[in-house]
Amino acid sequence: MTPVKKFLISPSPHLWKGPSVSKIMYLVVLALMFPSGAAVYFFGYRALSVLGVSVGAALLTEYVCRRMRGHTFVMDGSALVTGILFGLILPPTIPLWTVAVGAIFAIAIVKEAFGGLGHNIFNPALGARAFMSVSFSLPMTTWVEPTGFGVDAVTSATPLSGLSGWQQFDPAAYQAMFLGNTAGSLGETSALAILIGGGLLLGLRVMNWRIPVIYVGVVSLLALAFGQDPLFHILAGGLMLGAFFMATDYVTSPLTNRGKMISGVFLGALTMLIRHFGGMPEGVCYSILCMNAITPLIDRYTKERPYGLVERARSAG
Amino acid sequence: MNESGVRLKKKSSPYGVKVPERKLTAQRPIERAPLPERAIISLHQNIGAASQALVRRGDRVLTGQKIGDSDKLISAPIHATISGEIAGTTMVINPATARPVEALVVASDGADEWVQLEPVENPEALSPKEILDRIREAGLVGLGGAAFPSHIKLAPPGDARIDTIILNGCECEPYATSDHRVMLECGEKVLSGLNIIRKLLSPETTYIAIEDNKEDAIEHMEDLIVAMGFKEDIKIVPLESKYPMGAERILTKLLLGREVPIAGLPLNVGVVVHNVSTTKAIHEAVVEGKPLVERVITVTGAVNSPKNLLVRFGTPLGSLIEYCGGIVGKANKVILGGPMMGFAQFDLGFPTMKGTNSVVVKEDTIVTEQCCIRCGRCIEICPMHLMPTLLAKYAKAGRYDQCKAAYVDNCFECGVCAYVCPAKIPIVQYIEMAKRELAKRAAKK
Ligand code: SF4
Ligand code: SF4
Repeated sequence: MTPVKKFLISPSPHLWKGPSVSKIMYLVVLALMFPSGAAVYFFGYRALSVLGVSVGAALLTEYVCRRMRGHTFVMDGSALVTGILFGLILPPTIPLWTVAVGAIFAIAIVKEAFGGLGHNIFNPALGARAFMSVSFSLPMTTWVEPTGFGVDAVTSATPLSGLSGWQQFDPAAYQAMFLGNTAGSLGETSALAILIGGGLLLGLRVMNWRIPVIYVGVVSLLALAFGQDPLFHILAGGLMLGAFFMATDYVTSPLTNRGKMISGVFLGALTMLIRHFGGMPEGVCYSILCMNAITPLIDRYTKERPYGLVERARSAG
Repeated sequence: MNESGVRLKKKSSPYGVKVPERKLTAQRPIERAPLPERAIISLHQNIGAASQALVRRGDRVLTGQKIGDSDKLISAPIHATISGEIAGTTMVINPATARPVEALVVASDGADEWVQLEPVENPEALSPKEILDRIREAGLVGLGGAAFPSHIKLAPPGDARIDTIILNGCECEPYATSDHRVMLECGEKVLSGLNIIRKLLSPETTYIAIEDNKEDAIEHMEDLIVAMGFKEDIKIVPLESKYPMGAERILTKLLLGREVPIAGLPLNVGVVVHNVSTTKAIHEAVVEGKPLVERVITVTGAVNSPKNLLVRFGTPLGSLIEYCGGIVGKANKVILGGPMMGFAQFDLGFPTMKGTNSVVVKEDTIVTEQCCIRCGRCIEICPMHLMPTLLAKYAKAGRYDQCKAAYVDNCFECGVCAYVCPAKIPIVQYIEMAKRELAKRAAKK
């Protein structure tokens, strides 16, 4: 006889497929290492310290919040992602204590106060950036030219803040913007690094291509329509980082593919409207936050049509 | 390879997922499992009404003797699967309905003495009524897993016109190879059975759907179709191997572009789907007069030597596993059916039944459920185009009306949503719960 054994009872299916939530998060972290690496390369110690403070504060806040709400702290990697992302969208010269305040705000208010991972309405990093723009508007708009690990940073304008200058861009400037050798937020300057990281996630099917591709596509089309150079609009400012790493945030973007496409279109349109007509040169952050807010609405109107629905209506009618 | 014109173009679906195939036994010829010393024969192994016992404790029965029947329309008689004495009754679960039912215990006399079978010389001469009667008397139910009485499926209500028969040889569940082996080793019977139901329903088109991971079966069936002279009538459609392509409603959509209405049956859109093991049994019932007392079951996974076994119903799982050399390693789960839709069984004394197509032994751990991260994976692959994450969320909160409004009844519990879920949410369990509650409420009204 087979020896008496205790057998496990659980509902079907009895097979699971990876990746788990934490594996997804760590893959995103891995992908973010490219823009982070570019940030450190171009902005040196400043980048390291901003990222370090942001990540540290995010993790600590997550730990405290979870314990306060009586949950155990699981290192699912989501706070790590928020910490890195938040660091990447800050100017290099930002005072470190404000970084800590922002990261705490991102986790405690934007994420945990809404119920934690899966329940937040706004992308935590972007929510915190909006908060920072209001609270610390001067340091949030002070930009420096990248000097690597060299000492002195010189204040400068980002390419986008001088929107009037966009027409005179020469190929060398484009190349600098593509590689990241330009003034801007830590992780937003290097389109190349973002493309590598984003491409990795697309290839691994962690990221759905619809939002970033459509977002960037619509921005280019509208730039053409406004008689401007699409390439400039793609490379300048936070579009690339936003389109690949913020607008694609699972929790705050629509559920269905159709919803994601709609979201991509709106994002592109909003960004260009803000850039073209608004007072702010940078529209990416507010466009994404705006779309986060109407995600539930998009979800409601983009439910899948169940299999077999039409036929019943026909035979009943 | 295509010159016979029997093989049509391969089809694939954007829904469903690639699952690990793990067809360990694909090249293992069918073996006869030893007869059980005691067969536990459930009186209700199908969808529909339960059968009443026709024999009493102490009666001697022969193999193939009818021991249970019902006068309800949707029912299938039950036969003794070994010869011996009725030793008593016990309770088992009917996998098709998840309800406890009575079972007869037959103590073997070791002789395996059969009742007199009544083969027919010339099946062509049988009337449709005679064919259906022979199918019913043999206790035939769908062997693909759903266990729906076959004679009902083959006698569509007066106004339903069947224009297409689909013979299902997909076998998309991981591990299972019984249909595969049946096609390879009993292909003639499969086609003969198919031909019998073609006589009954006279469809315009007949397709055999086989997943492309069974190239040998596709070729073999192709050759047989030509050899048996069905070249013009029966076509093979290879399918990209994906789960759950073998589900009736998915096949109907994939092959014909027709969607079966919600809460309807394929016959509502002129289609009947039968499984290859079922048509083999139809041949045996109609031509040989042999009742359904055995079937091929794949016993596989973490057992010493996985096999395809021809098993008499009522044989306990434990003796099959033992015959395959016992459980190896730390395997702690015994699944009746495939790993996607089968149910975990803790009692190795549990008997095999008509709907059991595989027994999978595997190692498993209990996973903890996390919060939905709204990744949308479940929605992207649900073959019924539902919103599994929302169904689970509503059910969890007890909002069953919202489940109903979101078409929870359309779900056939294929399990791919839970399979791909990174948060390991047991979506199917929540859906089952909602369905149960809704059924309870409907019954009260
Ligand atoms: S909701 Fe139902 S039909 Fe859809 S994938 Fe999940 S189990 Fe399958
Ligand atoms: S697959 Fe799981 S985590 Fe993703 S949306 Fe569906 S239920 Fe949520």
